[in-house]
Amino acid sequence: MVDVPLGHVGPAHTADVEDVELYHPHSWVTKYVFSQDAKVIAIQYSLTALTVGLIALVLSWLMRLQLGFPGVFTFIDANAYYQFITMHGMMMVVYVLTALFLGGFGNYLIPLMVGARDMVFPYVNMLSFWVYLLAVLILVASFFAPGGPTGAGWTLYPPQAILSGTPGGQDWGIILMLVSLMVFIIGFTMGGLNYVVTVLQARARGMTLMRMPLTVWGIFTASFMALLAFPALFVGAVMMLFDRALGTSFFMPAIVEMGQALDRSGGSPLLFQHLFWFFGHPEVYIVALPAFGIVSDLISTHARRNIFGYRMMVWALLAIGALSFIVWAHHMYVSGMNPYFGFFFATTTLIIAIPTAIKVYNWILTLWRGNIHLNVPMLFALAFIVTFLNGGLTGLFLGNVVVDVPLSDTMFVVAHFHMVMGVAPILVIFGAIYHWYPKVTGRMLNDTLGKLHFWVTFLGAYAIFFPMHYLGLMGIPRRYYEMGEMTFVPPSTHTLNAFITIAALVVGAAQLVFVFNLFWSLRHGRASGGNPWRATTLEWQTPETPPPHGNWGKDLPVVYRWAYDYSVPGAAEDYIPQNQPGAHPATGMSHG
Amino acid sequence: MGSILVFLTALLVVAIWWLSRQGVMAKPWLEQGVAADFPVPDNLSSAAARTGLAVFLAVVGSLFALFLSAYALRMQLPDWRDVPLPGILWLNTGMLALSSVALQGARKAARDGEDDALKLGLLAAGVTALAFLSGQLLAWRQLTAEGYFLASNSANAFFYVLTGLHGLHLLGGLIALARTIVKAWRGGTTPEGLRLSVGLCATYWHFMLFVWLVLLSVLAGWAADVIDICRQILS
Repeated sequence: MVDVPLGHVGPAHTADVEDVELYHPHSWVTKYVFSQDAKVIAIQYSLTALTVGLIALVLSWLMRLQLGFPGVFTFIDANAYYQFITMHGMMMVVYVLTALFLGGFGNYLIPLMVGARDMVFPYVNMLSFWVYLLAVLILVASFFAPGGPTGAGWTLYPPQAILSGTPGGQDWGIILMLVSLMVFIIGFTMGGLNYVVTVLQARARGMTLMRMPLTVWGIFTASFMALLAFPALFVGAVMMLFDRALGTSFFMPAIVEMGQALDRSGGSPLLFQHLFWFFGHPEVYIVALPAFGIVSDLISTHARRNIFGYRMMVWALLAIGALSFIVWAHHMYVSGMNPYFGFFFATTTLIIAIPTAIKVYNWILTLWRGNIHLNVPMLFALAFIVTFLNGGLTGLFLGNVVVDVPLSDTMFVVAHFHMVMGVAPILVIFGAIYHWYPKVTGRMLNDTLGKLHFWVTFLGAYAIFFPMHYLGLMGIPRRYYEMGEMTFVPPSTHTLNAFITIAALVVGAAQLVFVFNLFWSLRHGRASGGNPWRATTLEWQTPETPPPHGNWGKDLPVVYRWAYDYSVPGAAEDYIPQNQPGAHPATGMSHG
Repeated sequence: MGSILVFLTALLVVAIWWLSRQGVMAKPWLEQGVAADFPVPDNLSSAAARTGLAVFLAVVGSLFALFLSAYALRMQLPDWRDVPLPGILWLNTGMLALSSVALQGARKAARDGEDDALKLGLLAAGVTALAFLSGQLLAWRQLTAEGYFLASNSANAFFYVLTGLHGLHLLGGLIALARTIVKAWRGGTTPEGLRLSVGLCATYWHFMLFVWLVLLSVLAGWAADVIDICRQILS
């Protein structure tokens, strides 16, 4: 037992907060459309992101149809195929995953979980959503622009991204993409400032940093990283926009296009890659850290067990956040670099596996001897651990220069990053939606439909991406519109490709079950009450469900304990809410 | 990518120092109750505004550090031709420094409750900042008149982009400053509120001056000289 200097144990004075701080909505428009309430903004963000996600899903279907049954669908020509790839990638990474985790879950959960009434800058927060929506509209508009959207690949490498051979390169496509990204980054910065400063300044009395749920830690760290990493994409986008629209040569080398020398010289395509991946690699963890945090809370709650190694979990989050800024060039092993650099980046890449592995061990140790409830959120959380482990292991392959070089341009890479950055975070998003939907709406999502959705998605995702590893090891290149005649490609790969496509169609269709469930349960779901999962964190202790504007009624909550008091020996219930005063003596508590 | 890494390292040091004071070594599972010295900001909105500005400056700093990283990588390529700096830049630098000084004076006046000095300081800051921006536009016109066009060399392009971006940030600051000036004249806000606005503007202005001095030293080539000297000492 460690002596902790506590000045005052027991009932503390509830903080007196005047009601005038908040701007209260007066009409339907200010309440549901131009709302400054973080919870409404969260729902707006989430619904927009999910809609973009559905568009990206359809794009992936079209792509898979071409790969599985080449030549059958004549409306998919090579240009269209590249446009589908590009838009699918960019939409999923930036406009779905980032926006959903930070804009959606961040907005909903941060104020509730730290015991605040709202974000600290509600007006800027509202602006953040509308700017994000504008970015989405610009992006979607490129489908209808002359020449269609850009087909440069989601990494938008110059010089090909702005040349006439690439779809959208000399049309509107690339311009709209770059402008949309810049607008997105401006909008995100507005939101990100809110997420960070709310955690720093607006925590309830007693909510020390080390009492925050790991969800908040994850979103907080990721927001900070995103604030520092997105400028790299912004810089790249500004410079490429100048190259495309104003004829500068930041990235454009002297180049001959269609037999004509262009009026460019001296630029460095490699410079763009540095900038892009300086954003691109932290981006992986910007998506992963909120997922880590949410999964920790889901596992702890549904296994009725305090999280194992809380401090280590926090430190690991911070370590991953810091390390992720010095691994970017492992995306550029085949771009040509000094071998010593390759060695350096391979080393940092492998080092980042250590804090990540700590987290995986701690999740498993949390489950150990826990009282595991296989609720739908828990199923998704468990599936995440398996999937993330899987993707992480292939990451160790690709982090080594000598292994990466032959694999880099194959389907192995596609399989790796879809496992680790696609499927894994999306499983968490689903789990989190099943978990917090009762708080948002006051009703449970349908359990049977949820389980159906889970099993088809989980097993289906493996049916899609597992075989891709084999395709990759066989040397099947990625980014190719069709394979053509190649002697090293055995006919069995065509069968496998057709199988993957069918699995993708099925998994995609299963998401419609989820969408149906979201809307059906709004009316017909079982009433959930305020705390259906019997969880400890503050958002479940609100006086009303769904929480109204201002969250807490008259008095702000006061926090007396950490977020993981599950199955405390001797306690009346198997959970003690964070805002429950110290009825239970501190001495003699030894769990963990 | 040197400058961004230096910038992030500095941020990391600040973050570690800050975290070390936040009890990250605590064992929350052993603690209960509310510590008597739990910091509850007595004025949430002003504490939040200050923290918000600090975080925003970190973002702006990251943006400029990245541009400078790109600059450093690009200038090593053989087609690079340095831009001769127009002389008016020195005058502009003086204007921006004056602007910063005036705002610092306004901040002090707001603290001491000297209303006239505050108004004078705010106006002087606004006028000198506008003078700086017009001076920058003149510098652009001089350069184009001498044939240094945006697209003709990357050094020119970087000059226009960096000065333009810095100008845009200052323009955004001017909007905040204009709102502060209106507040100072019309009233309608508490003295604390006014003091906060003036303080935030002053901090932003000092940061913008600092960014400009760094940009100037890089554009003039001094930064490269300094780095070369450091490199020679090290090797």
